Amino acid sequence: MDRILTHPILGDTPEGRLVNFTYDGQTLQGIEGEPIAAALRVAGVMTHRYTKKRHEPRGVFCAIGRCTDCVMVVNGKPNIRTCITPLEEGMDVRTQYGASAEKDF
Amino acid sequence: MIERYDLIVIGAGPAGLSAAIEAAKNGMKPIVFDENAKPGGQLFKQIHKFFGSKEHKAKIRGFNIGYELLEEANKLGVDVRLNATVVGLYDEKEVTVRIDDEIKHFKGDSVLVATGASENMVTFKGWTLPGVIGAGAAQTMMNLHHIKPGNRILMLGSGNVGLVVSYQLMQAGCEVVALVDAAPRIGGYGVHAAKISRCGVPFYLSHTIVEASGTDRVTGVTIAQVDSHFNFIEGTEKTFDVDTICVAVGLSPMSQLLKQAGVKMKDTPGGYVPECDEWGRTSVPGIFAAGDVSGIEEASSAMIEGRIAGSVISQDLGFIEKAEMEARASELEDALGSLREGMFAPKNRGKLIEKTEEGIGVSMNLLEHGFVADDEIERYPGVTHRKGIHPVIECTQNIPCNPCQDACPKGCISIGANITSLPTVTENPCIGCGMCVASCSGQAIFLVDEDTGDGYGTVTLPYEFLPIPEKGTKGVALGRDGHEVCEAEVVNVRSAKAFDHTNLLTMKVPKDMVMKARFFKAAI
Repeated sequence: MDRILTHPILGDTPEGRLVNFTYDGQTLQGIEGEPIAAALRVAGVMTHRYTKKRHEPRGVFCAIGRCTDCVMVVNGKPNIRTCITPLEEGMDVRTQYGASAEKDF
Repeated sequence: MIERYDLIVIGAGPAGLSAAIEAAKNGMKPIVFDENAKPGGQLFKQIHKFFGSKEHKAKIRGFNIGYELLEEANKLGVDVRLNATVVGLYDEKEVTVRIDDEIKHFKGDSVLVATGASENMVTFKGWTLPGVIGAGAAQTMMNLHHIKPGNRILMLGSGNVGLVVSYQLMQAGCEVVALVDAAPRIGGYGVHAAKISRCGVPFYLSHTIVEASGTDRVTGVTIAQVDSHFNFIEGTEKTFDVDTICVAVGLSPMSQLLKQAGVKMKDTPGGYVPECDEWGRTSVPGIFAAGDVSGIEEASSAMIEGRIAGSVISQDLGFIEKAEMEARASELEDALGSLREGMFAPKNRGKLIEKTEEGIGVSMNLLEHGFVADDEIERYPGVTHRKGIHPVIECTQNIPCNPCQDACPKGCISIGANITSLPTVTENPCIGCGMCVASCSGQAIFLVDEDTGDGYGTVTLPYEFLPIPEKGTKGVALGRDGHEVCEAEVVNVRSAKAFDHTNLLTMKVPKDMVMKARFFKAAI
């Protein structure tokens, strides 16, 4: 999805610092401090994890850290709510399968 | 070690901050915990102008009210702890808070719970697919993080959240393909529905989602009509290509902490809420509740409830005299009372109201299709005709709101003391300044010159989209239903600081179209 560069009410979006991070090993760019989920959505990534038993895809649902549907493995730690975790340079973000980054199906 | 405070506030949203401000003004030292990284609750996602009157901060956009609250709190030195999740509340007013990876204990002489509400969900086939999001999520993405939640979106839910967020999605540059609700009538304010209808968004009432399609993300959605028992009617299915489905089916109070503390609770149609007196006192001495956690309303009400609780707590703990508290509470209760009047008052929830307070028939077309029909509009007191430029106020429901009355420097608009009354247009001459158009939170006021002498007339409308068409742009005028009614040309565009980002677009249309043309679409 696109970034909103200028908005009729909020005006011009403040420019942030672009940083690199990796998503399943692939290098992507996002704005430092924005939620990891925002950077992923801009890059077109919608699936954040697959459920343990039925391997169903899940993505952002509530975007405020409440529903935990958007959790991923970040810097080796699973169950990180990507919608409220700020993006940092060099972060290692991985799709979560059940509770790990290892594909299990 | 337990840290002690006069007042512990849980939640730094409109209710919690207001309570802390009120208490701090009275000399207390409150501490406010919020699980989020930023204070303000949902206020910073609210980019529309608020309803109410001056005392309710009407016609100010929600995020600006948020800034005002934060500034007030900062000036008073209110201690707001962010990324601090309250995980336990006990009857002795003891609070456990997770800060970083530690649990800390606090004890208050009083505790105010202002935890707000969370979004409800409905299930349908495919509802867990990436691309199905809450309406709050859409607001968060576009208004806080500056990203489009999707490109083509279907909105489920016609309450104020569904209506307001649909409009905001269009402001962010997204296409809203349809607004769908299983209920037979629109739940939110008619003016919010009308402003998206005239942009061409179709409403499907008595319809709901059958299925979201897609394998790893939403690629489409099928809706169908439902009967009065909410069963699908076969053969009525419609399919839309969308990448996002937005769900706005109500909110539930987040009252778990109150229950944990042993507060007496009650089940209501609006959710599981604490039993409170009119000042927010729960059944446990010293524990108060304010805002959505004690019953879903608007942020405007939450702020007043917070101030009342803050004042009552100040008196309980001896910071102010009883008489001072009672005077303050009574003033605030009056302000709150006026917000709870009108067709959308809590007491009218779920009721079909067929007549306005003035005895005028409510537009059924508005309730069932999202716009007032051309043959219904003339019956409202804000819709009048005269020579020269004049306001046409398409305000057709009794909602607590009156900025238009104060906006007109010439006294052309009158609402009176009862802020839910429909505005009327007086005989005073209109100078065409447009202050009323920009002041109307419902974007329901137009300036009309019915005959400019050349076979044409002009319509001035509020315009909050980008790009802003330039003078001379040719295109079409859309009717209240969003359908093309005639050719149109932009003859003026006004922007001013006082309009607060509501631009005034004046278009020239054939004179027999001035009462039908309500939106401008540039030719591509």
